Amino acid sequence: MLYRESGQFKTSYPADQAIFTIKQDRWFFALLMLAAFVGIPLVATDYLYTALIIPFLCMALAALGLNILTGYCGQVSLGTGAFMGVGAVAAWNLAFRVPELNLLVVLVLAGLVAAAVGVIFGLPSLRIKGFYLAVATLAAQFFLPWLFTKVGWFTNHNSSGVITVPRMTLFGWEINTPMEKYLFALGVVTILALAAKNLVRSNPGRRWMAIRDMDIAAEIIGIRPIVAKLSAFAVSSFFIGIAGALYLFVYLGSAEPDGFNINLSFQALFMIIIGGLGSILGSFLGAFFILLVPIFLTRVPPLIGLDMSTAAIAHTEVMVFGALIVFFLIVEPHGLARLWQIAKEKLRIWPFPY
Amino acid sequence: MMMKKLGLALAAGAALLGAHVAASAQEQLIPSMVYRTGPYAPSGIPTADGFHDYIAMLNARDGGLNGVKLKVEECETQYNTERGVECYGRLKAQGGTIFSPYSTGITYALIDRAGPDKSVIFSMAYGRASAMVGQYFPWVFNAPVTYWSGASAAIQFFAKEAGGKDKLKGKKIAHVFIDIPYGKEPNPVLQNYADELGFKLELVPVPAPGLEQKSIWLQVRQMRPDYVFLTGWGAMNAVSLKEAAAVGFPREKILGGWYTSQDSDTVGAGPAAKGFRGLTFHAASRDLPLLKTIKQHVTDKGMASQNGKHMGEIGYLRGVLNAVFTTEALRTAQAKYGNKVMDGEQSRWGFENLDLTAAKLKQLGLEGFIQPIKLSCDNHQGEGKVLVVQWEGDKWKHVSDWITPENQKLMPLYLAGAESYAREKNITAQNCAKS
Repeated sequence: MLYRESGQFKTSYPADQAIFTIKQDRWFFALLMLAAFVGIPLVATDYLYTALIIPFLCMALAALGLNILTGYCGQVSLGTGAFMGVGAVAAWNLAFRVPELNLLVVLVLAGLVAAAVGVIFGLPSLRIKGFYLAVATLAAQFFLPWLFTKVGWFTNHNSSGVITVPRMTLFGWEINTPMEKYLFALGVVTILALAAKNLVRSNPGRRWMAIRDMDIAAEIIGIRPIVAKLSAFAVSSFFIGIAGALYLFVYLGSAEPDGFNINLSFQALFMIIIGGLGSILGSFLGAFFILLVPIFLTRVPPLIGLDMSTAAIAHTEVMVFGALIVFFLIVEPHGLARLWQIAKEKLRIWPFPY
Repeated sequence: MMMKKLGLALAAGAALLGAHVAASAQEQLIPSMVYRTGPYAPSGIPTADGFHDYIAMLNARDGGLNGVKLKVEECETQYNTERGVECYGRLKAQGGTIFSPYSTGITYALIDRAGPDKSVIFSMAYGRASAMVGQYFPWVFNAPVTYWSGASAAIQFFAKEAGGKDKLKGKKIAHVFIDIPYGKEPNPVLQNYADELGFKLELVPVPAPGLEQKSIWLQVRQMRPDYVFLTGWGAMNAVSLKEAAAVGFPREKILGGWYTSQDSDTVGAGPAAKGFRGLTFHAASRDLPLLKTIKQHVTDKGMASQNGKHMGEIGYLRGVLNAVFTTEALRTAQAKYGNKVMDGEQSRWGFENLDLTAAKLKQLGLEGFIQPIKLSCDNHQGEGKVLVVQWEGDKWKHVSDWITPENQKLMPLYLAGAESYAREKNITAQNCAKS
């Protein structure tokens, strides 16, 4: 009843090819953008920004990048943490050594550096597939942090190897309060998510999906695997590199090379698995689930009056979180995005069940 | 029906997001960022217990700080930087003013937030060494010592063992360290001493987490150093001692830093640790009058954290020392601002003007535990002293006098580190003369 698309006619190709063809979808998205850009700055506290929302945006972007590679192109990669590190270190070096550069230019260049590195470590994908490729990308995960620790140039020969970001200004607007950092990150993520959505709907995306579904058949009909796979690695690493740069600049403010370790890679992979492989929305839902639900779980015992030690709360949170993951994967193996899709389909015929 | 359930769920979610358990108006909230779980829990648990017990003792014996009750609020960081930042935000929202992250990584992430948030970051003997230059880091304190002063004390101890500083010329000293920022911190100071005193410094990095060290210690044995300075962390320490014993490297030549010589490390190494020496910045005996007081007021009344399981361990004493500094800073602030709950600015003033004289230490029942120490605007470290202790198999024994680190000599290094931070961040130094 609410979500019926009868009566909505498209009279031009652009209208038919829009991302949101249904009027209700457009309204919903407009309201969501309004809430994100205006609503949240009105009500959120500093704690919400620094501890919850900003890391969510950074990891959602990283999950988006990984989803392009693993969800749309089918190449399993465990190098996400390292590529985030590449983006972060590249962005820091650019900002530190060339202070005149615009912040957006720094982010884009850092993404390009990460894309180049991603292509190099994506070369094994031309010969191996699936889990074996995942192990090959582990090489990136271990090599790159080692490189940043060993070669002092990357961290300006800092005695402890920790890099801290300089002041950020964008066209004269100084970004130093949590709300400003949130708005900056939100802007970057929105633009990149739009770019990703359009990429996967168009020719590059269709090539990636063909490789994912049946790469031999794709090759036979004329899709060159080398172009498709390496472009997937490049675009994916571009996104992940920018996510890493945001992670350093906007979220933590400082980073040690060891901070971009395999835990980040696993986190991103779990995010896209739970959220939904091959879905842009799935990256965001997965990031929300993996990143924020554990924090909510640690808040629950004091609120319902249970007096547990912090160690007990930490252990319980791990157990409950694990159980939730198992539950969601049994209920819907295709992820939270599929649940959302089913909900929308049911809404079309609501209040009728079929 | 479904909408109602959805609405309830959303409301609950919103409540969870913003709700917190706050201290009441007359209670000073003391944040305690701990890691009771995770890979470094063996080091984190005794420290968290010591911190909790000392403050419980103050509440039980004195009724708090001049009538203001102290409430310890723990938050689990698992030694993870992201969790640490979230814990900081949570505890800040509840009214915390002095934060001890117990992790160099979390400290670095919080240093930038300290000023705008008006939070004191107290990184006791860890964190960013150059933060001792208070003019550039007004909100960060790292009393009583830093990794650099620890390195200085180690070299002085080696010199004493050799028979004088001039006897170090031509000798070889190896620094075996875990290859993370914490492990690399002492290197500039060691290199500085090597250039000055004429010994050869060999740097031996151990890739984190340092569970595989056979080849490292074979390499060290081949090097034949006269002394080895060990900067390990977590599981690496016990493995280092066991591997050194396995290759037959004499334990007497090894000196550990303070986070390398805790009970969790030596107990884990078993017989290979007996005779191992380490640095510490507080007394490490189980017979301190302070421990007796805590036992009397807290443990015997059943209020101790985990029933005093780790009482007397070095990690426990470290937590106690952290609590001592925190509460004494608040007490100093109360002397100026009145006997009420202190806010961020006042806590910072209290830290900056902290002056623990010998008489005051005796009055607090802390004689023998630490040496007198005084902080100031341009010195956020104080002239803390270092002690060398030796593991006897079940407890630690003092085997040296209090060593004074050569902070004057290290001052140019501190200033260089602080100024490079100021350049990166484009901040100007505070003027100490006026405050």
